[in-house]
Amino acid sequence: MNRKTQAAEVEVLDPMTTHPVLIRKTIWENDDTFTLTLDMGDYGQGFRFLPGQFNMVYVYGVGEAAVSISSDPAKPAVLDHTIHRVGLVTTALAQMKRGDVIGIRGPYGSSWPIDCARGKDVCIASGGIGLAPLRPIIYTLIKRREEYGRIIVLYGGRSPLDLLYRVELEKWANDFNVEVLVTVDRGDSSWKGHIGVVTSLFQYIKLDARETIAYVCGPEVMMRYTVDELDRRGIPQTQTYLSMERNMKCAVGFCGHCQYGPTFICKEGPVYPLPRVRPLLDRKEL
Amino acid sequence: MFIVELSDLQGLITALQGNGYAVIGPTVRDGAITFDTLNSVDELPRGWTDVQEAGSYGIRRREDDALFAYNVGPHSWKKFLFPSRLRLFAAQKAGKGFEVDPAPTGTLPRYAFFGVRSCELAAIAIQDKIFMDGKYTDKHYKTLRKSACIIAVNCVRVGGTCFCDSMNTGPRAKAGFDLALTEVMADGKHHFLVEVGSPLGKSLLQKVTHREAQDAEKVQVDRILKAAEDKMGRTLDTQKLPRVLQDNFEHPRWEDIAKRCLSCANCTMVCPTCFCSTVEDVTDLTGDHAERWRRWDSCFTTDFTKVAGGNMRMSTRTRYRQWMTHKLSNWVEQFGTMGCVGCGRCITWCPVGIDITAEATAIRENSMSTLNG
Amino acid sequence: MEKEDLSEIMRQHPFLDGLAFEHMQLLIGCASNARFADDSTIIQEGQVANKFYLIRSGRVALQMDVPGKAPVRIQTVGPGEVLGWSWLISPYRWHFSGVVVLETRAIVLDGECLRNKCAKDPEFGYEMLRRLSRVMERRIDATRLQLIDLYDATGGAPR
Repeated sequence: MNRKTQAAEVEVLDPMTTHPVLIRKTIWENDDTFTLTLDMGDYGQGFRFLPGQFNMVYVYGVGEAAVSISSDPAKPAVLDHTIHRVGLVTTALAQMKRGDVIGIRGPYGSSWPIDCARGKDVCIASGGIGLAPLRPIIYTLIKRREEYGRIIVLYGGRSPLDLLYRVELEKWANDFNVEVLVTVDRGDSSWKGHIGVVTSLFQYIKLDARETIAYVCGPEVMMRYTVDELDRRGIPQTQTYLSMERNMKCAVGFCGHCQYGPTFICKEGPVYPLPRVRPLLDRKEL
Repeated sequence: MFIVELSDLQGLITALQGNGYAVIGPTVRDGAITFDTLNSVDELPRGWTDVQEAGSYGIRRREDDALFAYNVGPHSWKKFLFPSRLRLFAAQKAGKGFEVDPAPTGTLPRYAFFGVRSCELAAIAIQDKIFMDGKYTDKHYKTLRKSACIIAVNCVRVGGTCFCDSMNTGPRAKAGFDLALTEVMADGKHHFLVEVGSPLGKSLLQKVTHREAQDAEKVQVDRILKAAEDKMGRTLDTQKLPRVLQDNFEHPRWEDIAKRCLSCANCTMVCPTCFCSTVEDVTDLTGDHAERWRRWDSCFTTDFTKVAGGNMRMSTRTRYRQWMTHKLSNWVEQFGTMGCVGCGRCITWCPVGIDITAEATAIRENSMSTLNG
Repeated sequence: MEKEDLSEIMRQHPFLDGLAFEHMQLLIGCASNARFADDSTIIQEGQVANKFYLIRSGRVALQMDVPGKAPVRIQTVGPGEVLGWSWLISPYRWHFSGVVVLETRAIVLDGECLRNKCAKDPEFGYEMLRRLSRVMERRIDATRLQLIDLYDATGGAPR
């Protein structure tokens, strides 16, 4: 019987192939969150990303995790990823040191839109590690500070020790005329800042509703309440953007894990204009 | 249209093999009609049929020698185009780091799928949209798909769980094939009406003994296929169905289904359009060699929506709702078509016989929205 | 401070936003102006609650005293917010302490004075309750959010 078969032309699975890059340093932001600075090396040639996009970070033999890029988009050769140590991959990443090699593929997903913010006020509302995917847009805004009106950063954390980027928060406030308001869920007598949920900070700032663009990222519950607060303050939904999180395996729309209603967070998200996801936010276990 | 006699059908398999194809077709194995390498017409399920109902499947002997008088079995062609396990890359330890070897081992076969039903053509077209037509391309899929030859077979009978008529995907193949066969057994004749769907199909047919079909023979096939259409085992009213399901996100029926559903994932495994996958990372014992594998996953597994600090879908109720709402509603927004082709596999292979058509009907008939379908 | 000046200051406080003139007059009769230094205790858990504070500037931490431990700070209130509603609810005792974090200026309303006026003028009383209920609702919401330990949950955006 004729069993001879011809081989089809073989192409590789480009979008799923990882690229080795070097760890330059690890900075611990708090007890279980750290920022990895990566030297992108050869892979950095031609690597560009937009604020709000994410990478798939691979640990040899262990697995991959989707992590937002938290550094300045103007410096794509050296990338920061701020990572919460929770699972297998992130725990492995936490143990890696300067000179170790991990894999990167990306960048994936949508970004915080910047053009719509030109000439307008920007209100950034964040909670917990949600500040990390917003840091690139803050860098971008303050680089051309004069092109924007007020820049307000509202940030909530569990406790003063849990807050990310504390030094930078102060720097943004002092050197770049950013209105930074930070609150924590729990503080002791040494904490002179606000205590309470992040939405409570809105009462200390007056927003010019029609002239304000809002970027929101944090735990989903926090985002739900923040969106209500923005609504109460008259910010049109079309001027609000938020970034969502779901389980992801492929980041390119193949694996099905990150489906959020009719959307794939890896393709259409993670950053969405509020009107796109507003009806979905109220659907439990979507 | 042309006629190929039963005795000349082997010529088609031989022609495919002569063109370098690995021919895959239906065959009887383990009490079911499954797909495997096909070298000879004799390996086809000649004289067999299947009996399908919600939660049950069996094969029976027929009183004739029909080659294709059954419907779809537990396998679908996705197992060839979108293999259940695939190595994505290998990595070797090198100094402090590692080197990635993205090339798949060996070479990919050029498949000829022999006996593809109309609903399965639709399913392949749906997976094309997922893996080839978006921003990113699954090159493994695309390589296999682009080099594959498709010999369709029209369904002259329909199964107990079939509803391709409702999904507008059958029983007659309209496009997406190189050749399409209809088996005709009447008046002592046993031959195949052949439609040519592509230049490749045309050139293949040149290598097989055939003749022009007479008008009466064409009409006869029209009649046979029309008769099949009228005997659909199930129906699904798709009118405004995507909207109906969105409006019934909190319908009590989901809980009712959850009481029966075992969350076994069978429906997603047998579904010819389900495309979810997960990845596994492995190393050898020395740790010098690592691999990353993709394997089929299911939205019914508990880990599917796990995130740091929780799980987005915690119950069978919400998992089943995701699956069915995805198939019949969200899919339309994502890919411009429903994710269901009416093949009935999920009904047949559900161990407790949950019937997607019945559940959709139950929700529609007791819709919580003002919209009534 | 003259009552007229106080009236102007009070009018600017969000809690009293849009309050009818005659109701404002009733309030002014119970009001005084106060300043509290850093680390001073404005109200003390367990003590008689006979004051209602409209914060104008600064920051006050609400805290619960936990025997054997440092006090637990639940929340801070700042400009535009109010401090204390126990003056309204029998047995009129503070359920938490209020400690100044940043030097604070506030309008102080006398609780007994307010209670009497509320009782005498139900329309005024309803207006006060309506405004306080809104504050309470927001505080309960906020407390619930703190209870679920938000930041232990998912973070938004891939990470």
